[in-house]
Amino acid sequence: MKLRLNFFGSFFTGLTLLATLIIFAILIVIIGNIVLQGHKIISWDFITKAPREGMTAGGIFPAIFGTVALVILMIIAVLPVGVMTAIYLHEYAKSESALTKTIRFAVNNLAGVPSIVFGLFGLGFFIQFVGAGMDNFFGLEVVWGQPCLMWAALTLALLNLPVVVVASEEALRAVPSEIREASFALGATKWQTIRRVVLPQALPGVLTGAILSISRGAGEVAPIMFTGAAYFLPYLPHKPTDQFMELGYHVYVMATQSPDVEATKPILYGTVLVLLILTLLLNFIAIFIRSKVRRQMRQGV
Amino acid sequence: MENLKTIEKKHQSEFVISKKRFRLSEFIIEKVIFLSSFFAILGVILIFVFIFREALPVFTSPEVKKEASLNLFFSTVTWQPISDDPRYGLIAIIFGTFKVVVVALFFAIPISVGAAMYTSEFAPLKLKEFIKPIVEILAGIPSVVLGFFALMVMASFFHSIFHSTMRLNAFNAGVALSFAIIPVIYSIAEDALNSVPRSLKEASLALGANRWQTAFRVSLSVAMPGVLAGIILGLGRAVGETMIVLMASGNASMLSANIFDSVRTMSATIAAELGEVVHGSAHYNVLFFIGASLFIFTLIINSLAQLVVGRLQRKLAGKI
Amino acid sequence: MKKLITVIGILSLSFTVMLSVFAAKTITIKGSDTLLILGQRWAEVYMNQNPGVVIQVTGGGSGVGIAALINGSTDICEASRSIKSSEIDKLKERFNTTGVEILVARDGLAVYLNEENKVSELTLEQLKGIYTGKITNWKELGGVDAKIVLYGRENSSGTYVYFKENVLMGADFASQTQTLPGTGAIVNAISRDRYGIGYGGAAYAKGVKYCKVKKDAQTPGYEPTLENVKNGKYPISRYLYWYLRNKPTGEIKKLVDFVLSEQGQQIVSKVGYFPVK
Repeated sequence: MKLRLNFFGSFFTGLTLLATLIIFAILIVIIGNIVLQGHKIISWDFITKAPREGMTAGGIFPAIFGTVALVILMIIAVLPVGVMTAIYLHEYAKSESALTKTIRFAVNNLAGVPSIVFGLFGLGFFIQFVGAGMDNFFGLEVVWGQPCLMWAALTLALLNLPVVVVASEEALRAVPSEIREASFALGATKWQTIRRVVLPQALPGVLTGAILSISRGAGEVAPIMFTGAAYFLPYLPHKPTDQFMELGYHVYVMATQSPDVEATKPILYGTVLVLLILTLLLNFIAIFIRSKVRRQMRQGV
Repeated sequence: MENLKTIEKKHQSEFVISKKRFRLSEFIIEKVIFLSSFFAILGVILIFVFIFREALPVFTSPEVKKEASLNLFFSTVTWQPISDDPRYGLIAIIFGTFKVVVVALFFAIPISVGAAMYTSEFAPLKLKEFIKPIVEILAGIPSVVLGFFALMVMASFFHSIFHSTMRLNAFNAGVALSFAIIPVIYSIAEDALNSVPRSLKEASLALGANRWQTAFRVSLSVAMPGVLAGIILGLGRAVGETMIVLMASGNASMLSANIFDSVRTMSATIAAELGEVVHGSAHYNVLFFIGASLFIFTLIINSLAQLVVGRLQRKLAGKI
Repeated sequence: MKKLITVIGILSLSFTVMLSVFAAKTITIKGSDTLLILGQRWAEVYMNQNPGVVIQVTGGGSGVGIAALINGSTDICEASRSIKSSEIDKLKERFNTTGVEILVARDGLAVYLNEENKVSELTLEQLKGIYTGKITNWKELGGVDAKIVLYGRENSSGTYVYFKENVLMGADFASQTQTLPGTGAIVNAISRDRYGIGYGGAAYAKGVKYCKVKKDAQTPGYEPTLENVKNGKYPISRYLYWYLRNKPTGEIKKLVDFVLSEQGQQIVSKVGYFPVK
C-alpha cells in the first residue's frame, strides 16, 4: 500500500517537474528560433540605417529611434505620477479609508484592462476629444487631432501606471520604518523625510518599476496601432505631433502585409530579434535590481 | 553651559524660521502628491466614459439601431459590416474568443499550476531562485513576438502534425496565448502556495504524510483561492489579448466547434477594423461597443480575483 | 543621479527644439495596401529628386485612407476601389467638397493558387461559387478531393470591396474565409497551403501561381498581364485611385504630375502594375 502510494506520489511530483521543464522548453524554442534566424542580419548597419527598397534591404534605425522616443515620452509622463501615487498610498494615506481603497481598486483594474481597449481609449479620448479640442481652441486644421507620438506615449503611460505604482509601493515598503522614525525624531518634516531619506533608499525599487514599464511600453503594439505608429516614414519624428515607426508595430506589419515575405524574412527576424533583445535585456536588469533589493531587505540591511 | 544655551537660542530662531518656510512648500508638495494619486482613478473613469460614449449610439441613436442594435447583435450570426446590407452579428466573434481562451487555459493551467507546485513544494532551494526569473523572462516576451512565432513557426508545425484544413486556427492561437498567460497564473499561484504557513505543512508531515501528500492535499487546498485567483486573472488576460490572435488565428468569423478552424476574436476584430472606420459611423460605434464589453468583462474578472484573494488572506489569517 | 537626469532632460528637450526648426513640408499619403509599395516607390524617387519635400506613406486599406481623408488626417488617399457615394457625402459634410479623383494605375485583380494545385483556371461563376461557400471541394473543379481553403482580405481593403462587388456580385463572403491583413500575407499563406485560394493585387506573386480567369465557360482563361488588362481580355481588372480633398496645388500638384508622368508610370510597371494609359 505504501509502495503504491509512493509511486503515485513520485508520479505526480514528476508531473510538476515536467510542467516546469515544459516552460523552460517553450522559452528555449522561441528564443532559440528567433536568435538562429535573426542573428545573421544583425550588424551595425542594420541598427543604424533606414530601410530601403520596400523593406527588403537596409536597416531599422527609424523603428529603433521611434521606439526610444515613444518610451522616453512615456516615462516622463508615467514615472512622476506613479511614484507620487505610491508615495501617497504608502506614506500619507490612512490605510483603510474609502479613498485609499478606491485608488487601489483603480490601479488594480487598470492593470487588467486589455491593451486594445487602451488603443480605443487613445483614439476616442486623446485624439478625438483632447486633440480635436486643442485644434479647435487654437484654430488649427488638423495638428493635434490625429495619431502622433504624444498621444501614443500618453496612452502607454496610462497602461503602465499600475506597473510603476506597484513597484514603487513595494520599494517604499522595503524601507524600514525605523529609518523614518529616526528622521522624524531628528526634527525633519514628512516631506523632508520622504525626499531625503526614504526615496533615495527606495530608488532601486522605483527603478525596477520604471524599467519594467519601459520594457512593456516597447513591446505593446495594440495601444499604438491607432494612436501614432506608422509603417514607412522617410524622416525621424521630431515633434510630439509626428507619427513614428516602432519596432513592435513594424514586426506586425511586416509579418502580415509585406508583399514579398521571403525577401523580407531576414529583416523581419532581425527586427524581432532586436525587439526581443531590447525587452529581455530591460527585464533582466529590472529583475536583477529587484532581487538584489529583496536580498538586502531579507538580510535586514 | 552658558555658551551652549546662547548657541541654542541663536539657532532656535533660525530653526523656527526655516520650519515656517518649509511648511509652505511642504504643503504644496503634499497637495500635489495627493492630487496626482487621483490619476489612476481619473484614468479608469475616463476610459469608462469615453469608450461608453462612443458605444452609446448602439443603444440610443435610431439610425444606428437600424443597422446595429443589441437585438441584431445576437439574432444574426454573420459579421459583415462592409456591405450594402451591413450585418453585425456578434455570436461568431464572441464564440471565437471563447474557443481560443478555452484552448489557452487548457494548456496553461496544468503547466503553470504544476510548475508553481514544483517551485514552492519540491524544488531544491538553489533551483527555486532560478525558476522564478526564468518564468519572468517568458512574461517579458512581447505578445507581438509570440504572435509572430505562432504565425511563422507554430502554424506550420501544427499543420504538419494535425493536417487541419486551416493552417491558422483557434488551436494555434490558443497555444500561443497559453504562453502569454502561463507567467500570470504561475506567479500568483506560486505566491499563494508560498504563503501557506509552514506550521500547516510541518503538522501534516508530523502526522505521517509524505511530501507529495502534504503538497497536494494540504498546501494546494489551502492555497486554492490564490491559485483560482491566478487562473481568473489569466482568463482575463487571455480574453483581452490582441496581437497573438490577430496574427495567428486566421480571423475568419465562422461559428464552429472544431478547434482547428479559424476564429475571429473580439479583440482582433477591433484591431483589424478600427483603422478604417469613419468616426461616427455605425461600424465605429459597434467596435467601441465590443471594446466596452471587453472592458466590463475584465473589470468583473479583476474584481472577482480580488475577492477570491481576499478570501485567501482571511483564511490564512485564520478568520475563515 | 538627479544631475544626470536633468542633464539628459535638457539635452533631449533642446535636441527636439533644434530638430523642429528644420521641419519640412510633409505630404501624407494613406490608404490602400495594394498601392502601398507603389506609393512608397513614388515617394522615394520624388523625394530623391526634390530634397526638402517629405512624403509619408502608410497603408491600412482603402477604407483607412478614405476615412483618413474624411477625418482630415491625410492629404492624399490611395484606394484600390472607387469612393462610395456615402463616403462622398461624409466628405461634403466635413470639408464642403466632393473630392478629386485621379486615376494613377491599373491593376489586374489576381487570383492565387498554390503551384501544386492541379486546377489552373476558373470562371467568374466558379470563383463566385467558391467564395460564397457553395463550391467547397477542389474535386468539383477537377482537382483533388480536398476542401478548399479560402483566404481573403479584411473588410477595410479596397481589394475586398472590389472583389465582393465585381466577382461575388454583392453577395457575402463565406464565413470560413480567413481574413488576412495584406496581399503579402495571402500569398504567403497560399505558398504554404496546397488547397488554398486567394485574391489580391497583381504585383505580389511569388511561390504561387496565377489562376487563369475565364469570363465564362466558353472563353479561354487569361492571366493578369499588361496585354490582357489593356485589351480587356482579363475579366477582373480595375483602376487604382488617388483621392484628394481639393484640386491639387503647389507641392502636391507637382507630385501628382510626377506620378502621371512617364517616369511615374514607368515605376508603376516596375512594381508590377499597369500604366493608366
